[in-house]
Amino acid sequence: MSTYQEFIQQNEDRDGVRCSWNLWPSSRLEATRLVVPVSCLLTPLKERPNLPPVQYEPVLCSRANCKAVLNPLCQVDFRAKIWACNFCFQRNPFPPSYAGISEVNQPAELMPQFSTIEYIVQRGPSAPLIFLYVVDTCLEEEDLQALKESLQMSLSLLPPNALVGLITFGRMVQVHELTCEGIAKSYVFRGTKDLSSKQIQEMLGLTKPAAPGQQGRPVAPQEAPLLFTSRFLQPVHRVDMNLTDLLGELQRDPWPVPQGKRPLRSTGVALSVAVGLLEGAYPNTGARVMLFIGGPPTQGPGMVVGDELKTPIRSWHDIQKDNARHLKKATKYYEALANRSAVNGHSIDIYACALDQTGLLEMKCLSNLTGGHIVMGDSFNTSLFKQTFQRVFSKDYNGDFRMAFGGVLEVKTSRELKVCGAIGPCVSLHSKGPSVSENEMGIGGTTQWKLCSLDPSTTLAVYLEVVNQHNAPVPQGGRGAIQFVTQYQHSNTQKRIRVTTIARNWADAQSQIQHIESSFDQEAAAVLMARLGVFRAESEEGPDVLRWLDRQLIRLCQKFGQFNKDDPTSFRLSESLSLYPQFMFHLRRSPFLQVFNNSPDESSYYRHQFVREDLTQSLIMIQPILYSYSFHGPPEVSLSPLIPPSFICRLSSCYQIEFLCFKTMKAGYQEMPEYENFKQLLQAPLDDAQEILQTRFPMPRYVDTEHGGSQARFLLSKVNPSQTHNNLYAWGQESGAPILTDDVSLQVFMDHLKKLAVSSST
Amino acid sequence: MNVNQHTPMASPYGQPQPGYGQPSYAPLDGGYPAPYAPYNGPASAYQPGVPPQGYSPFTSFPSKAVAAPPVSDLSSPLDLGPTRGPPTSAPPPASAPQQYNQYTQSQGDVQNGPPPMTQAPPRPAAAQPYSQGHMNVTGPLPSYPQHYGPPPPMQQVNNQMTGMQISSGPPTPAGPGYAPPHSSQPPISTAYSAAPQPSYTQAPPPASSAPTQPPPLSGPAASQQYYGGPPPPSQRPFDASAPPTTQQQFSSSVPPPASQQTFPPSSFSGPMPPPTRPQAPQVSQPQPPFPTPQSTFPSAPPPVSQPGFAGGPPPPAQGSFPPQPTPPSSQPGSFPPPGPPPASVPSGQCNTSMTQQQQPPPSQPSPYHSGPPPPRAQMPPTSMGQSHHLPPGPQGPPGPPGSLSQPPAQPGMQTGYPPQQNGAFGPARAPQPGYAGPYPGQQNYGAPAPPPAAQKRLDPDAIPSPQASDMPAVQKSRHRIDPDAIPSPIQVIEDDKAKTTEAFTTGIRGQAPPLVTTDFHVKDQGNASPRFIRCTAYNMPCTSDMAKQSQVPLAAVIKPLATLPPDEAQPYIVDHGEAGPIRCNRCKAYMCPYMQFIEGGRRFQCGFCSCVTEVPPHYFQHLDHTGKRVDCYDRPELSMGSYEFLATVDYCKNNKIPQPPAFIFLIDVSYNAVKSGMVNIVCNELKSLLDLLPRENPELDSVVRVGFVTYNKVLHFYNVKSTLAQPQMLVVSDVSDMFVPLLDGFLVNVNESRQVIESLLDQIPEMFADTRETETVFGPVIQAGLEALKAADCAGKLFVFHTSLPIAEAPGKLKNREDKKLIGTDKEKTLFQPQVGFYNNLAKECVAQGCCVDLFLFPNQYVDLATLGVVPVSTGGSIYKYTYFQAQADQERFLNDLRRDVQKPVGFDAVMRVRTSTGIRATDFFGSFFMNNTTDVELAGLDCDKAVTVEFKHDDKLSEETGALMQCAVLYTSCSGQRRLRIHNMAVNCCSQLADLYRNCETDTIINHLAKYAFRGITNNPTKAVRDTLVNQCAQILACYRKNCASPSSAGQLILPECMKLLPVYLNCVLKSDVLLPGADVSLDDRAYLRQLIGCMDVAETHVFFYPRLLPVMKLESESLPVAVRDSEERLSKGGVYLMETGLHLFLWVGASVQQELLVNIFGTPSFSQIDPNLTSLPVLDNPFSQRLREIVDSFRAQRSRYMKLMVVKQEDRSELIFKHFLVEDKSASGGASYVDFLCHMHKEIRQLLS
Repeated sequence: MSTYQEFIQQNEDRDGVRCSWNLWPSSRLEATRLVVPVSCLLTPLKERPNLPPVQYEPVLCSRANCKAVLNPLCQVDFRAKIWACNFCFQRNPFPPSYAGISEVNQPAELMPQFSTIEYIVQRGPSAPLIFLYVVDTCLEEEDLQALKESLQMSLSLLPPNALVGLITFGRMVQVHELTCEGIAKSYVFRGTKDLSSKQIQEMLGLTKPAAPGQQGRPVAPQEAPLLFTSRFLQPVHRVDMNLTDLLGELQRDPWPVPQGKRPLRSTGVALSVAVGLLEGAYPNTGARVMLFIGGPPTQGPGMVVGDELKTPIRSWHDIQKDNARHLKKATKYYEALANRSAVNGHSIDIYACALDQTGLLEMKCLSNLTGGHIVMGDSFNTSLFKQTFQRVFSKDYNGDFRMAFGGVLEVKTSRELKVCGAIGPCVSLHSKGPSVSENEMGIGGTTQWKLCSLDPSTTLAVYLEVVNQHNAPVPQGGRGAIQFVTQYQHSNTQKRIRVTTIARNWADAQSQIQHIESSFDQEAAAVLMARLGVFRAESEEGPDVLRWLDRQLIRLCQKFGQFNKDDPTSFRLSESLSLYPQFMFHLRRSPFLQVFNNSPDESSYYRHQFVREDLTQSLIMIQPILYSYSFHGPPEVSLSPLIPPSFICRLSSCYQIEFLCFKTMKAGYQEMPEYENFKQLLQAPLDDAQEILQTRFPMPRYVDTEHGGSQARFLLSKVNPSQTHNNLYAWGQESGAPILTDDVSLQVFMDHLKKLAVSSST
Repeated sequence: MNVNQHTPMASPYGQPQPGYGQPSYAPLDGGYPAPYAPYNGPASAYQPGVPPQGYSPFTSFPSKAVAAPPVSDLSSPLDLGPTRGPPTSAPPPASAPQQYNQYTQSQGDVQNGPPPMTQAPPRPAAAQPYSQGHMNVTGPLPSYPQHYGPPPPMQQVNNQMTGMQISSGPPTPAGPGYAPPHSSQPPISTAYSAAPQPSYTQAPPPASSAPTQPPPLSGPAASQQYYGGPPPPSQRPFDASAPPTTQQQFSSSVPPPASQQTFPPSSFSGPMPPPTRPQAPQVSQPQPPFPTPQSTFPSAPPPVSQPGFAGGPPPPAQGSFPPQPTPPSSQPGSFPPPGPPPASVPSGQCNTSMTQQQQPPPSQPSPYHSGPPPPRAQMPPTSMGQSHHLPPGPQGPPGPPGSLSQPPAQPGMQTGYPPQQNGAFGPARAPQPGYAGPYPGQQNYGAPAPPPAAQKRLDPDAIPSPQASDMPAVQKSRHRIDPDAIPSPIQVIEDDKAKTTEAFTTGIRGQAPPLVTTDFHVKDQGNASPRFIRCTAYNMPCTSDMAKQSQVPLAAVIKPLATLPPDEAQPYIVDHGEAGPIRCNRCKAYMCPYMQFIEGGRRFQCGFCSCVTEVPPHYFQHLDHTGKRVDCYDRPELSMGSYEFLATVDYCKNNKIPQPPAFIFLIDVSYNAVKSGMVNIVCNELKSLLDLLPRENPELDSVVRVGFVTYNKVLHFYNVKSTLAQPQMLVVSDVSDMFVPLLDGFLVNVNESRQVIESLLDQIPEMFADTRETETVFGPVIQAGLEALKAADCAGKLFVFHTSLPIAEAPGKLKNREDKKLIGTDKEKTLFQPQVGFYNNLAKECVAQGCCVDLFLFPNQYVDLATLGVVPVSTGGSIYKYTYFQAQADQERFLNDLRRDVQKPVGFDAVMRVRTSTGIRATDFFGSFFMNNTTDVELAGLDCDKAVTVEFKHDDKLSEETGALMQCAVLYTSCSGQRRLRIHNMAVNCCSQLADLYRNCETDTIINHLAKYAFRGITNNPTKAVRDTLVNQCAQILACYRKNCASPSSAGQLILPECMKLLPVYLNCVLKSDVLLPGADVSLDDRAYLRQLIGCMDVAETHVFFYPRLLPVMKLESESLPVAVRDSEERLSKGGVYLMETGLHLFLWVGASVQQELLVNIFGTPSFSQIDPNLTSLPVLDNPFSQRLREIVDSFRAQRSRYMKLMVVKQEDRSELIFKHFLVEDKSASGGASYVDFLCHMHKEIRQLLS
């Protein structure tokens, strides 16, 4: 097993790919019996410090519908200067520039260690990055002030040549002109009127001169927009001062808010204007619309809730009862916006800071489809927001921003495989091809997806299908191959192409089931299944999804478990699957699938985070890790944490929630010299937490509580309820406090699972 | 003319003929028959035909056209020719009858006017009548006919005509003989006679002359001669015999006549002389020729008239002048001395003269038309209204030659000229003195209708027989009516000034106040000051039958917030406490002096509806022995005519105390606006103007808030919140669905945000200095202001500075629909209707919010003012128009207008309600406002210059005892945000005798009402129909008087009520106004502009607008103003300098031969040629004369609500055409009748009605 673990680890490090199975069943039938589909998690822009990009164009297979990139798996005839495509077996001559290749003089892409390689290509003029701030002004004075400061600060973080723009909204939507001296000028739109992109551009005066003379194609459109939009989007270095002043003078929305009303917030129109502005002027250029909201949209298109305070914003309860008046309309509106934006390659971030819901449920698709961030907080005046926002502009070891734009991911497969779909922050490009499966999983029906915005941790789940028929065995020694081609605009505005080619051996499921079993990557599988579940949860009722998950789990256990029929106690799972049920247990309880105790906004938020993170983070999200600190040794991961009364626990959980739990007597012992060691113990989890806080995005919520404190409930809701009021007395009295929940504990779950797995009736 | 004439012509003619002396006719017919038929045709033809020919201007005046046609036929120059053909024929008929009469002398009776002309006796009579105030203008009528051709046909016409014609009649026969030189003229005269309708015929006569002397002489000489010819007979007789006769007649009628005579004479004499000059000779000829003349006429007359006219158009008057000189010379002599005698003659003479004059005019017109159009085009730029005048061009060509030609022809004439002037002056003065005499009498007149009548009438019998007159007169007689013999506005004004020595106290019911031209002090003793309310009649008829019969409009012009002179007390403010003002329970009239307290003061009876209402305890007061409350004089509402109540919250919109109002400035920043300099000027000016926002307490800062918007195709709002370092601009491009982008910071207190505002106003011109945007919106601009006021929940005023037709895609988008072809057609009215309904709805919304819109327009082309003006007009706003605005030249006018407009006291969100005693009811309202129902006049804004004319109708009988009461209550929000009620009370008498009605009415107010009525009418009726209606109504008014209050008079006399003797001249001015009778160069916008402008003018403004004030300023005294002269070119001396004020324009006319000293004093240059015609202000020179003159100019400007730009007009300069347009007693280039002509026409109309 260690080999497989190493193999997996190595592959992940090199290619950013984790497959559910590392041996692939050679026939369709067998593949379906494996329950967990052949699939993989791909982190396209995984940071690779040791991967210098090459400065030339990739060599493509000359077959029109293949176009695969030359890779180490290709067979190369150095003499004839010919290479055979490993996907379509087309024999291609090398281009003239490769004339000098030989066995000893191979280009990088042919070396095995470069199964992932990055090309820098020169295509078209490189457009600067665009950051368009869309700022809600219906905030409390304090919040607005904090937000203004954050925004002003962010100006210094932006690349100097980046274009920046500002739209503010409240009851009206204002597009600020940045070039004017003296009088600050802005274009105002009514917050209640949905405008077409053309209207918006007309009203902003962006359409005039373009019409007649610009028939000439390529260059003009690029330059023209730059010219016309320059009033609204300006290089940071030029409008730094102006914009700082502008932000400084930003007033709260001046329209009076009567008692009992919400402020009128035209988020829908503001976004529409932002999208319209960009799509007219900068199609297919990397751009980031950053939306800062302090409450739900209350008027105009995209309205989530009316302005009457007596009407609360929709809850899951309302949604289930079909009582959310604006839900469908608003969702439809934002989806349309998101699609428009995605088509143009612009991503939309949502920074929502409010105590109440802000309509993320309706707006989530804006970020989900365009790869934008969603950050949810209580106030703009918290470090959570401030630092998270700051981290958006963090840089990598090269000093480049950890963000990329306008990515297009293409998946090429060898003939035995077809692509079912992908789940992640992407939209389909509807690129049909021979390798598109009819069986859709996630966003399917295509081999290409657009990822408007990517960062090094953005991870897609790609689901595949083995189409090889049972009676047409794969030639011995043959390998299935997949090539991921990701084209994107690097944050330094270069166009780059990253190509990852992986291959796995085929295995006959009947004869080599053990091998297949041992090649199972249960972590990846858990995440892949979880993504499927979350994806379903978006459209299906919660219980249905759970049932589906349970069913999959039982089937898997039946397939790979060793047991005697109807004897639950005989049930055993091999090591490669041993953790999988536990993941499922936690997944079932996770906020991704459970909406209880979560507002619709929170659910949307969690799901959004979940479907874009890489495997490690995803796993933590599924199953929080509880570290126990004690005098007895280094922190331990406690899987079924009974909370030891005198111990200190740190729960590292769902991405944004990080708990620190001091289960210690609050007697101030730590301040006494004789308890120096205790002080150190207390300090340890703090330090560890700090480290995590520094690295994660969005910054986790940091909760400091103590045993029995009100905030402890966050922790308790995450841990395995092995001890509840239901079974309190079944266990030893000396253990900690019970967790008040109706959920079953892992133990009960496992027992039940075993029972079902061994049951002959299913 | 055509208009009026049409119908009447046919029937009347036919009738008259038979009646008249078919026998005599027969003969004529022989010759005329053909003409006759044609005539009718022509008449009709005229109207249409004429215009096309180039006469278009004249179209209105068929007569001219007629004249022209003949000419044209004869002489190529005039297009009219064709038309004339008919006319000629026509004239004969008319003339025939008339002539016959004359001939027969029976004419005398019939002919009233004409006969007198011929005969001395009648004239005097005429003269006398005048003095009395009644006009005997038999003679004149004929001339009118020309214009009004059709109408004349009536008996009156005939009579008059006959008178005239008579002269001509004879000529016809003589005609042949005359044919050669004069003969031709005589024919003319005949034509005249015929023509009176003639005018046409007249034209022909010239033609005849023309043939003889087509080119040079024909014009002047011919015309003169002709005139002279026909008229001469009459004149001569007059002169010679007339004096005596008239006197005799008069004497018979009156000893006082002496005075009266003098009077009339003076006026008449005036006319007489001129006619005599030319006419005299002609006359003699005419008579004989008459018969023939007809034949000759057709051919000859036209040409003559035309040529002469050519010079004449303007010349017409001149033309007549020149002629006058020569013959006149002889006559002139007679003038001065004859003055009186002529007076006697007058009636007859007048007629004749009139006819002659008329004739010339027609010809003149023709030239104008042809010529003018082109020149006009050029002119337009100068000034809106003025553009029309442009004709200069035309004048240049046709005019000069014609006139020149004339002079040469008759050298004597020229010499005569000076005399004329002198004479004119002399006579004028002479008459005046005479007037004075008569005037006193006038007062009497009012009461004693009969006596005046007698005096006024011209005895037909007395009229010298045409023949007789002809014989002697031949050489002496003139055709013209002496302008001095007809009622003079100046005389009336001066008399009223002289009469008004004491303060006017309003306590006496039914007392007419002094004229608006008189400077007087008012003491409020129970009725509203005439500065607030002026009525058309201070004695209302008791019954609707009487009212209908008299046709005198019963109306009041109310100017609720009028500014009072500093020495008169402002209306007191009364606070009746929380319960609000005390009102009648039933009709809701407010407490006023007409409430009768009864039962010891516990109740009061409403003077309006007689309902008895309890007096609230807190208001109780005991009564004294006379039944008056003891505190009567302590309480303004019980003793004054005007006062204000503080309104309670019940009187506020939505029952909320109103917010202080706001002013929003919306500035067009499109290319044109920037280029013209407007933006710069406005922004600069606003900086200082904002300190002068209206306030009630001068000590405190104004509470009015201000906001700023600029716009072209999109709107820019500005945030000028005091806390900002720099203003912020908010652009709203969504013009299809206007909204206000900000609330806080848009409307600000000036003092708090001063720095930001100044920074903004500094930057606006810079920001848009390079704009390329030429399209503008307009509807959304007003919407924006409206929305801003709505958002701020206050009333207010928008100042919109706009340049062009709003063609950008937006609500209220307009297209250019200016189509000159529609003018004169039935579709013309559509041009005065708004193009789209959008603005009507918008106006409604504005009114509901109390959003008043003032529009400043700076157009370079058509902007469709009729549509753009809808909102300002409906919201009580004003429109200012600066066509071809140039910073240099127009800045001063614009800035002064703007300053005044911003500063003037104004009320907002006003509702005006007029309550009246039972028996009458306010039925119609004219002005700038909006009405949702039939009683409440809603004014979003009401400033101190806005007047509303209210028309009353009977719905029951009124009682003589109680009189008629009216109470005008205006509920408004003051500029400090206080809700108030201003009450004006007015009581007038009621009468059961028509004579009382006529004795106590105010012509100025009637004209105000008629003009507003007519101007409103043109949106629904063809302009022609409106003009006809006006003429008819006035004819009916005068005819009714004639019938009921001056019965003993003979039908041939024109008798005017003393109070209305200026009605014809003023009415003529209304008819000639650009709105009703546009010249070819008058744009639609100008007409629409004037239309709306007049809609809210008060009486003083309409008066000066229609009859401009013309002051000779050769000699200035330090205290008093020089006496004005009448608006006629004849009154201008070549050596003089005149200042003319129209309320909109200010002209300084400089004669060509002004003394150097004067020039040096005024302009600082000794040479006439060095005067800069582009001066817009007088150079500041350190000499008393210059100082005084500038003082006068300043004082004029101070009197008017709009700043008048000064224009220096040099005689003979092109710009003189503009100036001449305002000489309203003369024929206008656009075809308007001269005073004399119109008077004749009026006379015809009246006679027609009486028969």
